[in-house]
Amino acid sequence: MGTTSKLAKVYLALVFVILYAPIFYLIFYSFNSAGNMSNFEGFTWEHYAAVFQDTRLLSIVVNTIIVALLSALISTAIGVVGAVGIVYITNKRLRQSLLSLNNVLIVSPDVIIGASFLILFTMIGVRLGFASVLISHIAFSVPIVVIMVLPKLQEMSSTLVDAARDLGATRRDVFTRVIIPYIRPGIFAGFFLALTYSLDDFAVTFFVTGNGFATLSVEIYSMARAGITLTINALSGLLFIVTLILVLGYYFVVNRAKTPFQTGVPK
Amino acid sequence: METKSRTFLMVPYYLWMVLFVVAPIVLVGYYSFFDIQGNFTLENYQNFFTGTYLSLTLSSFWYAFLITVFTLLIAYPTAYWITKTKQKQLWLLLIIIPSWINLLLKTYAFIGIFGMNGSINNFLSFLGLERQQILYTDFSFIFVSVYIFIPFMILPIFNALDKLNPALLDASRDLGASQWVTFRKVIWPLALGGVKAGIQATFIPALSLFMITRLIAGNKVITLGTAIEQQFLVTQNWGMGSTIAVFLIVFMVIIMVLTGDREKGVNQRGNY
Amino acid sequence: MKSLLQITGVLLVAVAVLIYINSQLTDTSSRASSGTITVFNWGEYIDPELVTQFEEETGIRVIYETFDSNEAMLTKIQQGGTRYDIAVPSEYMIEKMKEEDLLLPIDQSKIPNLENIDPYFLDLPFDPGNQYSIPYFWGTVGIAFNPTLLDGQTFESWSDLWSPELEQQVILVDGAREVMGMGLNTLGYSLNSTDEQELRQATDRLKELGPNVKAIIGDEIVETMRRGEAAIALVWSGQAADIMYVNEDIDYSVPQEGSNLWFDNMIIPKTAGNVEGAHAFINFMLDAEIAAQNADYVGYSTPNLPALDLMDPEITGDTRFYPTEDMREELEVYRNLGPVMLGKYNEYFLEFKMSMNRN
Repeated sequence: MGTTSKLAKVYLALVFVILYAPIFYLIFYSFNSAGNMSNFEGFTWEHYAAVFQDTRLLSIVVNTIIVALLSALISTAIGVVGAVGIVYITNKRLRQSLLSLNNVLIVSPDVIIGASFLILFTMIGVRLGFASVLISHIAFSVPIVVIMVLPKLQEMSSTLVDAARDLGATRRDVFTRVIIPYIRPGIFAGFFLALTYSLDDFAVTFFVTGNGFATLSVEIYSMARAGITLTINALSGLLFIVTLILVLGYYFVVNRAKTPFQTGVPK
Repeated sequence: METKSRTFLMVPYYLWMVLFVVAPIVLVGYYSFFDIQGNFTLENYQNFFTGTYLSLTLSSFWYAFLITVFTLLIAYPTAYWITKTKQKQLWLLLIIIPSWINLLLKTYAFIGIFGMNGSINNFLSFLGLERQQILYTDFSFIFVSVYIFIPFMILPIFNALDKLNPALLDASRDLGASQWVTFRKVIWPLALGGVKAGIQATFIPALSLFMITRLIAGNKVITLGTAIEQQFLVTQNWGMGSTIAVFLIVFMVIIMVLTGDREKGVNQRGNY
Repeated sequence: MKSLLQITGVLLVAVAVLIYINSQLTDTSSRASSGTITVFNWGEYIDPELVTQFEEETGIRVIYETFDSNEAMLTKIQQGGTRYDIAVPSEYMIEKMKEEDLLLPIDQSKIPNLENIDPYFLDLPFDPGNQYSIPYFWGTVGIAFNPTLLDGQTFESWSDLWSPELEQQVILVDGAREVMGMGLNTLGYSLNSTDEQELRQATDRLKELGPNVKAIIGDEIVETMRRGEAAIALVWSGQAADIMYVNEDIDYSVPQEGSNLWFDNMIIPKTAGNVEGAHAFINFMLDAEIAAQNADYVGYSTPNLPALDLMDPEITGDTRFYPTEDMREELEVYRNLGPVMLGKYNEYFLEFKMSMNRN
């Protein structure tokens, strides 16, 4: 067993190194006084100072986070209910076709999604800007939430539900007290992936945004023409650190509350 | 009354489906029957089966296949060993966090790392080895694609592995099964759902990758997604773009059916 | 369930806080406005200080949005979801937008600074009499190369790129018109050719270039060349200027067989909401000092004559970026070939790209 865990540690360490390598590369050069990402000349904070002087950029960052959080929340809610609904459809063929439809947006290239949403919004008369971007992000995040929740639901033994029903639980109770707690990991996975989709999306946002509303990726993509400035590197560095602190902070706060009950069971 | 409230809860989901899935599909299907001048035609479909687009489809599938295989090979052990760690939820979060940094920026970092004067080549020349062309090769394309998809593969597999009942593993060991046999007969089949979800979340988007094809592969790899993007944004031939999209959707349905679960648990659930 | 609701609550509070922060941020950047205009431009294609200066001088607030391709811009303007007042497309796109009736005529009496523009750049075939468009920047397509990575090779002719010594050295810009144009020019044909046979020949010629091609990429060319990643690149002159601004080793040449001469002009889309403000903006950008400052910042060639006098003569006297009129005679401007022909160009270009994957 000892050899396996040593191998496991090395393997995991390697995966993490690769996952974080490009990010540390970005952060490393954000301190480069030469102003480019190839020759490290000297240490400077100037790119970080530049971030805080650029109110437009800061406002774009805030917009991006608002859209990401709201769209992830709403799409998770819609997706979870949708997944539960799909799983309990008795008709096999209907269930399969719903699932296929669900996945269409995952396979569609962003450009098609963006273009077709743009046509749609024009037809319905949604004003381009915050609302249209938010709606689109919700729309393309819903299917990934469903996909993340579905396996959990499928493997949930039906006896669990039956038992709860036999004990007199209402459907509502079954949903909130049996199903939801069981599929919780799936819900979190879905939420985080929805967040990821929203933060990373460029093409769809580009099409459906308007009236001066921009997200970070749209801004970065349009800057690419003249090469990315290190201000953006500095910004990513800051966002990365803040996210890390928030996530770790949250994790330890939540877990400290639990530790008294969990200690003493070393694996 | 309860049934009604459940149907009511499903309204947003169905509304989403009609507005953002069915309507766009109908639009795409509709556009695929028009040529660049707006005349009704079947030519686009004919065109798809000529040399260029067929070989494009084949190479796109080949690359998506390679990407999926490598992603799975890397993600499975990672997910498995994360479930064995003490702070597994924390490690899982740490897997996801890198994907919150803008993809284009990370791609630029990869360009810097893989470049002729980049980190890897500097290291090679430090060791006294010759500089290698890494950027704009199949290797760099597959590497970066795998990088992108790893979290999407790890999450569902982790979810599936995490809920495996440890008693099953103990039982298997007690019955004298080796680790490998336990894995093959117990772990793998039970976590297969997660693997399938991961493959769906990787293979299908890998068919429609774009940006990376240009930035990392230098357009030496062209996927179906790149071709569609070109048709929509550059040529402005929405008809041909939609036709390729129709095929992409068809491929997706086929893949869904192939990886979909074989309906073992239908009847169990049917009685809810 | 309860903990899920708690998390949701925390996140919603966070969103509310962020919305408040954002309102504070935008508040400081948008005071005292008499009207608003929305400008739709390429990324990094204006000195941001000038936007602020315009806002201060006129009291008109500027909403600034960027695009990364002519076609993407067209799609958004066609859809009409945003009331863009100014956009800066290239010449062939202006021709197309004119055909599709997407432009408002420009009232030249409201643009007195128009007299600053070199007459050479006025009254061009894509917009006779400048009814719909006013020059912003211009340039050429040529070869940027790094002599330190090559043994003294120069690029007077397109066919120099086919030299067998240049294996895996050449970067091409990801544009069907540019690359096909190069193929056509090499063979002595017009880069606006609509002859199927000429296009076929050009494609076959390009396929022979395959082994020399390292990559076909977009705006990243600038960074790639700056770092010395590749020795040779087919680029727009402004990109070459950007590269040379950082890496002085690089040289730029426009091959003798001819190449493309391009113009980016300011236009007012039909959907404009503030036509007066749009005219004021155009006139502002044509002011000699403003244009000079902008050209210094952006690095492209300005058509503004008095602005040239205000700039560094070393830049304005450089015939690689400010070719003389005689040199310009050798160059061709892209014509709008119509959607069918453009489709053909792209099919051939795709065929060329696909042929590279096999080796």
